[in-house]
Amino acid sequence: MEEFLQQVINGLSLGAIYALIALGYTMIYGVLRFINFAHGDVFMVGAYIGFFIYPLLSESLGTGYLTAFAVLLAAMLGCGLLGVTIEFLAYRPLRNRPKLTVLITAIGVSLFLEYTGQIDFVFGADYKTYPTLVERSAVFSGSGLSLGSDQVIVFVVAIVLMLLLRVLVMKTKIGIAMRALSMNLSAASLMGINTNRVISFTFFIGSALAGAGATLYAMSYPKINPLMGVLPGLKAFVAAVLGGIGNIPGAVFGSFFIGTAETMTAGYISPTFRDAIVFGILILILIFKPSGLLGKGGVEKV
Amino acid sequence: MNKVARPYLFLLLGIIIAFGLSAWADGINPYDQRIVMSIGINMILAASLNLINGFTGQFSLGHAGFMSIGAYGAAIFTTMIAPGMLGEVAGTGMQDVALFMGLLFGGIISALIGVLVGIPSLRLKGDYLAIVTLGFGEIIRVIIQNIPSLGGSLGIANIPRYTTFFWVFFIVAIVVFFIQQLTKSTYGQGFLAVRDDEIAAEAMGVNTTRYKVEAFVIGAFFAGVAGGLYGHYNELIRPADFDFLKSVEIIVMVILGGMGSTYGVLFAAALLTYVPEFLRGFELFGVKFDSFRMSIYSLILIILMLTRPQGLFGGINFKKLMKVGRKSVVGNQ
Repeated sequence: MEEFLQQVINGLSLGAIYALIALGYTMIYGVLRFINFAHGDVFMVGAYIGFFIYPLLSESLGTGYLTAFAVLLAAMLGCGLLGVTIEFLAYRPLRNRPKLTVLITAIGVSLFLEYTGQIDFVFGADYKTYPTLVERSAVFSGSGLSLGSDQVIVFVVAIVLMLLLRVLVMKTKIGIAMRALSMNLSAASLMGINTNRVISFTFFIGSALAGAGATLYAMSYPKINPLMGVLPGLKAFVAAVLGGIGNIPGAVFGSFFIGTAETMTAGYISPTFRDAIVFGILILILIFKPSGLLGKGGVEKV
Repeated sequence: MNKVARPYLFLLLGIIIAFGLSAWADGINPYDQRIVMSIGINMILAASLNLINGFTGQFSLGHAGFMSIGAYGAAIFTTMIAPGMLGEVAGTGMQDVALFMGLLFGGIISALIGVLVGIPSLRLKGDYLAIVTLGFGEIIRVIIQNIPSLGGSLGIANIPRYTTFFWVFFIVAIVVFFIQQLTKSTYGQGFLAVRDDEIAAEAMGVNTTRYKVEAFVIGAFFAGVAGGLYGHYNELIRPADFDFLKSVEIIVMVILGGMGSTYGVLFAAALLTYVPEFLRGFELFGVKFDSFRMSIYSLILIILMLTRPQGLFGGINFKKLMKVGRKSVVGNQ
């Protein structure tokens, strides 16, 4: 029983990180109807921003929660700007082209970030050790259960960001514009919404969340390399599809589900199957309910 | 030239080229030999993926998965099954028989899996299908990694080197002939109909389900054969050889060549296999090109999509070009 609870805790904290990445996928899909394959690599860049900026920040701010918070903000800002740049240079010129063209471009951007990251004078192909932002200690332990301070931080940061996003999307003017775009892009533009600005903003927010996810991920798994974004990116995407892509609560739900399923598989079956189980879930969901658990099915019109 | 005879003539030409290359093979060094061999294998992979992606319009990101099934199937056949059936074959004429049967074996298993992958494609399209095929490729890789009798992540070593230039380019010729004949035939027009407008095709009575599954099965079969050839040349296969990047590599060949243009895709396969090798030794301002050649490769892909999404040769009708040329000559007289 304790082991089971422990796996649930581990799974939920992994799921919280996936949720931050999945939100970016689902928001971008919501407004543009396309899968941003480069999202996982934006996530990777977020980890490297933290890696490079930490020594600078810790000199002036010392070590502690303030620095950790500054690193988080820096990673979010850097990723947000990267996301906006990618959208502006690679996706905006393709706005009215077939979806497949945009998809392939996204794969191209993804490969570009991965390969460029592997060049020696950029990030280097080898593994780097992410700095310890916050000393790890056990917040709670006993009767076979343990809850680390890093896990608490992951939960707190992820939940605060999700609530902020909720407020942003539901209450603010730009949030209403984002929702309008996801319903009908051309009608929204006829209503006087500056669609390009809203799309850029969506990319900024989505990528910034990936940056936050990267900081939390690197805190828990401090080995970083230029290919580290591939698997978390794919898994977060699966989570977004599981919850119904384009649906924000769905992405969060799907992420917690995927995170728990992954740690359960690793704990009870075999750690080597933890990646396969995620894709297995994806295939099942796409065959039986492609619109996702919380998504609404659409009818294709001629 | 007779219209019916022409494809057969091309097939004959391809087989003659295969013979010519195999006669020339002994004279060149192993490094160049490996490049030519990779070009041939990539041609088979790209041409078979072109049937799925280019002609039928089903975006598949898991072609390396089919390749790995074929590679493992063929390797199992020649190392475990063939010795019992045919006895000691290495070095004798029987080795070609063993290779042929191994390729067939790997191809058929791959085609059977192709049916499985084809079925989700009936319900999904576009980026969803891309993700499912990607997931499928990854699952295959993880499963192989976890089967100890297949060598786990170390793979199968000591596969006999039966693949020759003749075999590779003979199969290239067969694949090209088969796909050209299929897509040019009345029956094969259905593949193009599914790509161009699935709903309209269905309304006109085209059995879209059947065409889509068929495209996956045929594509998977030839990808499996290519995998078998690869295994019997490389002598070693590992699950890591058939990852997502290999699938992307094949996709890029199809896109660069122009989806649905068989000869364009063959050219792109040769170009994209050779250019990275060529860039290896290049130096610019004292910086070795080798380190950032892959960055440039992906940048070219992005620029190509922005400027020429139909590929280098897509959308060009060579016959029309020649006819226009002829007309203008007539006009001048």
